[in-house]
Amino acid sequence: MATPLRNVRGMGAAHRGTETFWRQRLTAIANVPLTLFVVLSIVTHIGVGYDEMRLYFSRPVVAIVMLAFVISAAIHMRIGLGEIIEDYVHLNGLKVLSLLLATFFAASLVLACGFAILKIGFGV
Amino acid sequence: MSQGKVEAGRPLSPHLQIYRPMLTMMMSIAHRITGASLAIGFGLLAWWLIALAAGPQQFWHAEAFFASIPGRLLLFLFSWALILHMLGGIRHLIWDTGTGLDKKSIEIFAWATLLGSITLTILLWLVGYCIRGSL
Repeated sequence: MATPLRNVRGMGAAHRGTETFWRQRLTAIANVPLTLFVVLSIVTHIGVGYDEMRLYFSRPVVAIVMLAFVISAAIHMRIGLGEIIEDYVHLNGLKVLSLLLATFFAASLVLACGFAILKIGFGV
Repeated sequence: MSQGKVEAGRPLSPHLQIYRPMLTMMMSIAHRITGASLAIGFGLLAWWLIALAAGPQQFWHAEAFFASIPGRLLLFLFSWALILHMLGGIRHLIWDTGTGLDKKSIEIFAWATLLGSITLTILLWLVGYCIRGSL
């Protein structure tokens, strides 16, 4: 007897489908403490000047949490932007191009922020 | 999709313009708008970090922009968007557990997200101004 359970177990023709849903929740949960850390780091150092700001962001723990934030936030952003694009952009070519640009944008942010954080962290 | 003839030009499914605006609907839209705008805010953060990594001169330029009136207004809006999106996200995580989906709870959640975000944003800026010690 064929029941809908068969389709659930086999997950249909694609054999997958919930990774994006799960990854968006995973990064959302990670983003809460990470974002609070980044925002409070910046707010508590308002107006301290270049040297003290660099000293703070060069601390290993701060640099590592900043890197975690940038990666988690970028993945979350890419999934969210993708969702919006898939909902509103219906022309196939334009949709693919928009998704491509969203990925490039997310990757650029990770690389640019990551490089800056490491440069500050290594004190160069 | 069905290829059958649509006899009158009726809408195939009800959409936004059919409904009377409700707070829960507005907060759902706000979650999207804030999420998309935070992508731009992320770009600003990247600029600030690169400036900090580049040197005192570049950092001074970035700081001067963020200290200006348009810079502060942008930061204020981005901080509000961030807090609204975060509270809205926590609301979604609660919903993911299958709880809080009844009519009364979603109304309470919507108000809590809106009022909580306004309160926390103002609080954050008050703390910031206290630390800065001046306007």
